[in-house]
Amino acid sequence: MEFSYEVEGGNFSKAGNAASSVKKVLKQLNVDPKIIKRVVVALYEGEVNVVAHAYKGKVLVDIDTARINIRIEDEGPGIPDIDLAMQVGYSTASAMVREMGFGAGMGLPNMKRNADTIEISSKVGAGTIVELTTKLSS
Amino acid sequence: MKVCDIIEKLNLKVIAGEEGLQNEVRGGYTSDLLSDVMGNADEGQVWITLQTHRNVMAVASLKEVAAVIIVKDLEADENTISQSNDEGIPLLSSSMQAFELSGELYKLLAEKK
Repeated sequence: MEFSYEVEGGNFSKAGNAASSVKKVLKQLNVDPKIIKRVVVALYEGEVNVVAHAYKGKVLVDIDTARINIRIEDEGPGIPDIDLAMQVGYSTASAMVREMGFGAGMGLPNMKRNADTIEISSKVGAGTIVELTTKLSS
Repeated sequence: MKVCDIIEKLNLKVIAGEEGLQNEVRGGYTSDLLSDVMGNADEGQVWITLQTHRNVMAVASLKEVAAVIIVKDLEADENTISQSNDEGIPLLSSSMQAFELSGELYKLLAEKK
């Protein structure tokens, strides 16, 4: 099964739409609620990252019986130092984003913790691609 | 203990999401960082926060919290209220600040055990 969702940069009111929709699909597929929670946390953080940092982005979800693969790609400023971005507490988020309770430098670490594998590639001035894969049976 | 019980005992106001007033309360989590709640709160907990924007309800729904309590009588945004109703997750408010409210809720849940 494949799904795709558009994510608008700067539009926080729609952040979480992809996560909410994927949650419904996984519930219908009777996936273990613990696994659903991990997938949803990782995807929500990914959406928020696109909204907070990029101009626009896309979430591509591919589900089969064994695993879920989520590819979040954006057009944005890119990440100059991925290792630094992965550190808990490091953030480049704006003051407005921080006031909302985001931008605490927990997004990417939360994503890593809640996916079996995470791959990040980024080009400064062009955009970032984050790919998450999680097994659907424990 | 249910959400409606803590409303009565802690003198909370119901702003929206009446549909979920029978939700079972299994604990609480106090935080204003959405990623912290996303990463660490558990299903069935009551989330205490000063954040009032709509993303609070998005996180509340994804984490399946029992209810959200906004502290210090802060006013929830219009779209936060409508999303609380859509999701059926109660949005409550308290005149207490987060420390006091967390203490009261902790006491209440500990007594029950």
